[in-house]
Amino acid sequence: MSKILVFAELKNKELRNVSFETIAAAKRLDDGAEVVALVFGESNLEPLANEMIQYGADRAVTVAHEKLANYTSDGFTQAAMAVIEEEDPDTIIIGHTSIGKDLSPRLASKLDTGLISDITEIEGSGDDALFIRPIYSGKAFEKKKFKDGLTFITIRPNNIAPLEKDESRSGDVQSKDVDIKDLRTIIQEVIRKTSEGVDLSEANIVIAGGRGVKSAEGFEPLYELADLLGAAVGASRGACDAGYCDYSLQIGQTGKVVTPDLYIACGISGAIQHLAGMSNSKVIVAINKDPEANIFNIADYGIVGDVFDVIPKLIEEIKALQN
Amino acid sequence: MNIYVLLKRTFDTEEKIQINGGVIEDDGAEFIINPYDEYAVEEAIKIRDEHGGEVTVVTVGSEDAESQLRTALAMGADKAVLIDIEDDVEEQDQYTTTKILEAYFEDKEYDIILAGNVAIDNASGQVGPRLADRLNIPYVTTITKLEIDGDVVHIEKDVEGDVEKVETSLPLLVTCQQGLNEPRYPSLPGIMKAKKKPLEELELDDLDLDEDDVEAKTETVEIFLPPEKEAGKMLEGEIDDQVKELVQLLRTEAKVL
Repeated sequence: MSKILVFAELKNKELRNVSFETIAAAKRLDDGAEVVALVFGESNLEPLANEMIQYGADRAVTVAHEKLANYTSDGFTQAAMAVIEEEDPDTIIIGHTSIGKDLSPRLASKLDTGLISDITEIEGSGDDALFIRPIYSGKAFEKKKFKDGLTFITIRPNNIAPLEKDESRSGDVQSKDVDIKDLRTIIQEVIRKTSEGVDLSEANIVIAGGRGVKSAEGFEPLYELADLLGAAVGASRGACDAGYCDYSLQIGQTGKVVTPDLYIACGISGAIQHLAGMSNSKVIVAINKDPEANIFNIADYGIVGDVFDVIPKLIEEIKALQN
Repeated sequence: MNIYVLLKRTFDTEEKIQINGGVIEDDGAEFIINPYDEYAVEEAIKIRDEHGGEVTVVTVGSEDAESQLRTALAMGADKAVLIDIEDDVEEQDQYTTTKILEAYFEDKEYDIILAGNVAIDNASGQVGPRLADRLNIPYVTTITKLEIDGDVVHIEKDVEGDVEKVETSLPLLVTCQQGLNEPRYPSLPGIMKAKKKPLEELELDDLDLDEDDVEAKTETVEIFLPPEKEAGKMLEGEIDDQVKELVQLLRTEAKVL
């Protein structure tokens, strides 16, 4: 029986959705594998470990330490290596998030192994598995495999659906003591700039604005619509360059790549660099005054019209629906 | 201060991608410095101008990358190194690239190594952290601000939109994120000077490596284009009706609301 370690990622002391997706990816890779969840944090990790089990993990190993309160490469590498050495897994799966991107190459280096990152799909299973990942910002895809040794992958959030939660599932939760030594990087402060709630890279619905939104105030109706739908707000580079919103919202070849179920592009012309960041969204709606705008070429539904006419009406319509 | 930049030559962001004979067609494509590496070059030049020292730009690739190295020299870097592996390495992955860079840095003295946080072609983002691990120096990824004060370094790091203030020390490897700076355009005198700046060419032999030492751990078995999207539905009529129809379609046809 193969053993797969999956990494539980926390944000504000709660599990991020991608943590459950790593379990689903593990099952897809080998249905019969023993899936072991790693949960790192400051304290009180057992409820989180149990949640990982309810989402399909067989058991969990927790490492609680004050130096694991915030992610640091040194702290998490020491904790991860201690568990990996003890468990000796065949496969490791981590989310392709800010933390996963920082941690996984370091672990791969320590383990002297390959790493296939940012996977959106797994084809086949076991040793024959092929891993599909976007390249050239989604303008193409490649299928990769491991030549030998450990299978080590990171998965892009929102692409491999988590399994159904089963509250009756239970499993062993082992608390492991790890002596975390000096950290060479110290986090002094975290400044929250992102809006509360919905995470752009994990959002099921994204409302994005471009130059057509005209100003920072112009984004307000977009935020209102996003609140109604539980969506995240994003932007094109044009809107960020013009100072309408922070670069943290930028979607595109530079910026974030998102693959929500629904992407509503408001006043975005659809430059190839922007499309690279969102064209794999499942359903795309484009609203633009210019009927020739490139965004309509990839939209599933298009409305030619002024964002400031369409969005308020859309808000009314959604409100009516929700009542 | 000894400042190094890891640079990759990539397709221009404007390029459409075509596949020919199972590989990405690069005939006629425009190439640029990977945009995130451009931030690294700019930051390296600023560090040198403030603290003194020398900026060396290093790439692993083919001799075609000379053009991008010359651009970095024209921006203001002092020296360039091209590790040409085209004849020696058939299949390359991040393990390969890191092994080569590790061998290159083995006998170098470095205070700071800067790289892009990701390359816009293969987009693995692995080489920076892997190299830092091999060299046993700390690293910080996706930085948006950097201040060096003696041996202490103050950094702001982008974490999916939030900002972490981080303190660390030299020697250090950082990977650069958009927002760090505005890369300068090479000036005409800069371009003239760049032609005379030293550009060292190395091969695996020069680094005491052979192909087996750098053999990739992973391989690409297929490259394909995403399925073409079918033309979508343009709604018609009064805006009021279009919005109603859209909501209806999103509920019943697309089933996303």
